[in-house]
Amino acid sequence: MKTSEEIYNILKEKFGEEVILNFNTAEPIDAIIEVNPSKINEVSKFLRDSEELKFDTLMLLSGVDDANGTKVKDENEIETIQGGTLSVYYHCHSMEIGHKVTLRVSTPRENPQVQSVERIWRAADWHEREAFDMFGIKFLNHHDLRRILMPDDWGERYPLRKDYVDPEYYNGIKIPY
Amino acid sequence: MGLLDKEFNDGNIVITKTEDLLNWARLSSLWQLSFGLACCAIEMMAASASHYDLDRFGIIPRPTPRQADVIIISGTVTLKMASRVKRLYEQMPDPKYVVSMGSCSNSGGPYWNYGYHVLKGVDRVIPVDVYVPGCPPRPEALLEGLLKLQEKIRHEKLTKQTA
Repeated sequence: MKTSEEIYNILKEKFGEEVILNFNTAEPIDAIIEVNPSKINEVSKFLRDSEELKFDTLMLLSGVDDANGTKVKDENEIETIQGGTLSVYYHCHSMEIGHKVTLRVSTPRENPQVQSVERIWRAADWHEREAFDMFGIKFLNHHDLRRILMPDDWGERYPLRKDYVDPEYYNGIKIPY
Repeated sequence: MGLLDKEFNDGNIVITKTEDLLNWARLSSLWQLSFGLACCAIEMMAASASHYDLDRFGIIPRPTPRQADVIIISGTVTLKMASRVKRLYEQMPDPKYVVSMGSCSNSGGPYWNYGYHVLKGVDRVIPVDVYVPGCPPRPEALLEGLLKLQEKIRHEKLTKQTA
């Protein structure tokens, strides 16, 4: 069993400050290790294969809209968010050792790109498709990144973004109440 | 109608109006499309099962739209499902009836404002005959809805197209 801080120190020693960006203990439940989005696949592979860590399970992968950009109103009073980040959280668990860790990557809202971990934990396959579906986060090297819940012809709209606005019509069906 | 109480003893002749006969035949064998969407479908299945026994009204599930008379929209209709629901309805032969079961298919229910994926009432894609309120409605409520539908069929006119 290792604490998040010990895991953070192991990762930092292995990958350096370029990859392991920060250790955030301000969250109420989990300490969060922030990772560079273009290196998360390497970090994940190490977490899984390392003899002292053995993170064999990805419990959850979830997208989050941090909504930390600037809010801009257009002429129709519709608010959009510009700048800021979208994040992906990884909750990993080791069945064998019994410890857990939470990772976070943050990526710019305008061009959100994160390396896929789908080849490392197969559970990530549909979770990444969901994060793509709801937030538009592109997972690089994912073998089948398409929408999982919304219709295929939904267009470039991502419903769980904080500045999402319902379209008036979808295929001739009125959407707003 | 009194078909059975005379037990065919009065010269084997029953006199009725064509309209009444057709309506009686229709309302007595409403085959519902075996099709469910969400939690309301659980209540619909309970209504079909032995305790509430829809079969005593001649209502049995039929797993093909081509031989079904009534479709019970039992649950949340998502935008993705809306076109499928419409297609199922269009595959049913006339005369066909629609029962909208529960708040979601009546009006969007709890998703009426913030449901980005929910159709705000199934009547936006197909015409509804009976709305059953509830979230989900108890089997008794669905039963009453179907009895209302039977009442509606009982008063149909041959000269007036309904469906």
